Amino acid sequence: MTAVLAPSTLAKPRLPRWAPFMVAVAAIAIGGLLGLLLSWGWVAMLIVAGLIYVFGLPAWSRVLEGPRTAADRLMTNVVWGAFVVVCVPLLWLLIMVIQKGAPHITGHFLTTSMRGVFGSMEGGILHAIQGTVVVTVAATIISVPIGLMTAVYLIEYGRGSRLAKVITFLVDVMTGIPSIVAGLFALALLVMFFGPAFRAGIGGAIALALLMTPTVVRSAEEMLRLVPSDLREASYALGVPKWRTIVKVVMPTAIGGIVTGVVLAISRVIGETAPLLVTAGYNDSMNGNLFSGRMTTLPVFIFNQYKTPGATGLGTNAGDPPGYARAWAAALVLIVIVMILNLIARIIGKIFAPKTGR
Amino acid sequence: MRRGRSALGDRIFAGLARTAGLLILVVLAGVFVFLLIQGLPGLSVDPKEYGQGFDTFWEYVGPLLFGTIFISLLALIIAVPFAVAVALFISHYAPRKLAVPVAYVIDLLAAVPSVVFGLWGGRALSQALKPVINWLGDYLNWIPLFKGPASPNGQTALTAALVLGVMILPIITAISREVFAQTPRLNEEAAIGLGATRWEVIRLAVFPHAKSGVIAGIMLGLGRALGETMAVTMVYSSSPKYMLNIIGDTSPQTIAANIANNYAEASIDKQHVLIAAGLVLFAFTFLVNFIARWAIGRGERKFAR
Amino acid sequence: MKITMRRAVVPGVAALALAASLAACGDSNNDAATGDSTDSGSSLSGTLAGGGSSAQGAAQQAWMAAFQQQNTGVTITYDPIGSGDGRKSFESGAFAFAGSDAFIANPSDEYTAAKKQCGADPIEVPSYISPIAVVFNLQGVDSLNLDAKTIANIFNGTIKKWNDPAIASQNDGVNLPDTAIHTVHRSDDSGTTQNFTEYLSKAGEGAWKDEASQTWPSTDGLSGNGTSGVVTAIKGGQGTIGYADASQAGGMGVVSIKVGDSYNAPSADGAAAVVANSDLDASATDSQLIYDVNRTDDADGAYPLILVSYLLACPTYDDANTAAMVKGYLSYVVSQDGQKAGADAAGSAPLNSDTSDKAAAIVDKIAGK
Repeated sequence: MTAVLAPSTLAKPRLPRWAPFMVAVAAIAIGGLLGLLLSWGWVAMLIVAGLIYVFGLPAWSRVLEGPRTAADRLMTNVVWGAFVVVCVPLLWLLIMVIQKGAPHITGHFLTTSMRGVFGSMEGGILHAIQGTVVVTVAATIISVPIGLMTAVYLIEYGRGSRLAKVITFLVDVMTGIPSIVAGLFALALLVMFFGPAFRAGIGGAIALALLMTPTVVRSAEEMLRLVPSDLREASYALGVPKWRTIVKVVMPTAIGGIVTGVVLAISRVIGETAPLLVTAGYNDSMNGNLFSGRMTTLPVFIFNQYKTPGATGLGTNAGDPPGYARAWAAALVLIVIVMILNLIARIIGKIFAPKTGR
Repeated sequence: MRRGRSALGDRIFAGLARTAGLLILVVLAGVFVFLLIQGLPGLSVDPKEYGQGFDTFWEYVGPLLFGTIFISLLALIIAVPFAVAVALFISHYAPRKLAVPVAYVIDLLAAVPSVVFGLWGGRALSQALKPVINWLGDYLNWIPLFKGPASPNGQTALTAALVLGVMILPIITAISREVFAQTPRLNEEAAIGLGATRWEVIRLAVFPHAKSGVIAGIMLGLGRALGETMAVTMVYSSSPKYMLNIIGDTSPQTIAANIANNYAEASIDKQHVLIAAGLVLFAFTFLVNFIARWAIGRGERKFAR
Repeated sequence: MKITMRRAVVPGVAALALAASLAACGDSNNDAATGDSTDSGSSLSGTLAGGGSSAQGAAQQAWMAAFQQQNTGVTITYDPIGSGDGRKSFESGAFAFAGSDAFIANPSDEYTAAKKQCGADPIEVPSYISPIAVVFNLQGVDSLNLDAKTIANIFNGTIKKWNDPAIASQNDGVNLPDTAIHTVHRSDDSGTTQNFTEYLSKAGEGAWKDEASQTWPSTDGLSGNGTSGVVTAIKGGQGTIGYADASQAGGMGVVSIKVGDSYNAPSADGAAAVVANSDLDASATDSQLIYDVNRTDDADGAYPLILVSYLLACPTYDDANTAAMVKGYLSYVVSQDGQKAGADAAGSAPLNSDTSDKAAAIVDKIAGK
């Protein structure tokens, strides 16, 4: 694409090849000069230099090459500039998490819980990791089988029927449910059955399943729909009953995409804080029991450490309370987990992609 | 015979599938009905529950809804130009070797949890934005948005809108990128053949085809911004108020933040009120998603062969 | 079929195995985490849920840690959601015990609800006495002398600049800039706010016109959610001033308040002295040790801007195990050992032994129904 769209060199006056370089140098010079004269910080100098480059080169080009080429150069600069600007906060976030979190990730941190930890003791997140895994696996167990079978129904059996239309509509509606409303629902449900004091991991699992199911149904539906009907028809022609066709022909073809979709849904809900805060509460100790007692997950741990970071001495020389360091370290662990999940999703997608030559 | 057994297998499997579908139907409808039942009493409780001198539910939810839409719109305004530009970058401007990793990184960033964004926004971005906020308060305070006086610690709606913008940017970019990449090559090559510059190709061949897809992406981003709780709660402290000033000491509160701050109250009445507010948010998000799907549907019909 | 099954089953089983093993390693890790635990042979076990005052947060962490070490079968959770929400959760039965910076006023709707939940008058014992520090962030200034009237005028917006004569006259030689004062208050219902506004209205010589209340009377100015929110808001900018429990108020300049003729900085001893000089509140029953704090105390070294934080519990519980756990935990908290642990962790003033004994006698009566 890029090669095909390289500017042509027929007949029109063109800016010399070193023009962008010159403008860049001039922009930095002007920006630096203004900055020194008006005593700006280096950020302001960079911004001014960038702006001069982005608009200066097209201005020169307009004079020499004409408005169309100038507009083209402007948009190229704008797009590249936007890319550079977008990199800043994203890289800043990642670097900050790594910088502040990595020093505190030790073996002890990863293998103990916060039970018995107070003051500036190091603490640990094993209970949060356990909670995250248990709640997420439970949510997956609840949402995936039902979601998958619903997608099978929508594509294979009920296509076009009124029931299918209603289900599709409801699924679409539920895709937009704000996560905190899902949490409130799970909480109200549990309170209705177990009283106002009930906080347990199962509530979090229910809320997460509610958030995951529409995504699972939608992506499974897409994947099943993409299976070419030739495959199905060939199978029927051989006398294979419908259910075996689905199980042995359609699903294996779509399984890569389905698993990718499921893993992506998981990676989305694993970072949910609000619904788990509301239903599962916070706990210092290990708790593997979904149905009794509060359970901490990594996002809730991070939020809790941010809100109650701990005590410090009085006076202007006191350092930061210890909770912030734990929060950054847990954030790094969470990001790593999510990235690994995404990688797995991508790899599975590639391995099992149907070889249709697309 | 074989047909008898497989007919039974067919019936069982079809039954299973149908049951799953019905189950989802019942459960999702049940959720909605349950929320309605729990939320409706919230419309008419003792006005004391609404707090801050509000007398009716709508008086209470009004400033919250305003805050939600206001902050989300700000985030959109910040995010959309950059998201579309980066999507264009990946699909048309960047050399292949750069485009693939960039696309990958953007996708990964869509998965970073909101609580991490909240941590970054509250601890780092608010500090870094202090000079900007001061500058805005000093020089641009004739615009109602920047009326000031500037908050001294950067914990403002502007910071929250920036954090939200960074959060929804990967979603909009991902969808726009897909749509841009699916422009029919024939259209693009025809434009090139007529001597169009790269920008003109994009303007003439890519954008018309991609318009509805990009709008769908924007709506999805807006939907995520509307429901965002953590990034907003952790960045600034707020109260339910109608105000346009985004660099001042107090900032407008969103529905999700309000629920998060108050859910712990066990009072049954207040729970009803919170659920009712959540339903208002839900309804609005649904509306936004509906528009998105309508836009996609329109685009598909327009370009259907 | 086989291949599909294998593809799905193997990772599925692996995930389940991982989850199961993680779920199972709960108890063993709980014991291991306590390090060299002194095996007290305690037979208490179960989960106990409480919450409330965020000011008590640091001390609660220390108490929970010590108690759980002595009773390895018990898991206690404390949600620092603020005194107001903590009391509400206690009244609804969501929490077995609550921490609150203000005792439940009697008579009041809250008291009726609490009595209904407990079936009798609720138990209220002091557990945490801590100075409230008025802290600020001003470059180059570590400490300021202010009297209650000036503080009230700062927080009600009358005094708007740092170099106002009212401030400057009490702080000779301190370089006060000509910049605006930004006040920070608690955005959630808070006992710290209650105690602070009570101090301002009682000692502020009329400058503070609003009633003492757990909700800050206006929405102007910066605000923070919870003690740490206020601290973050103050630390985040220049020219900010706010109030927070002294245990979590490090890293900022501190105000010394005028007591009698001198200016006193927040101190645990000063706080304890004020409590010793305070009478019990008129509405206290036999099972309530609640104080009417003497805000205008002008004894030497006293620091009357304090919060006395209480633990609320029911005298009887439906579940005998819960009753045993509440009794055990609260007995530990009010004991001299517990108070020392809390004071070490949070810089609070430990209860003196007399008060400690009285509180222990009250808590001892907790039993199952």
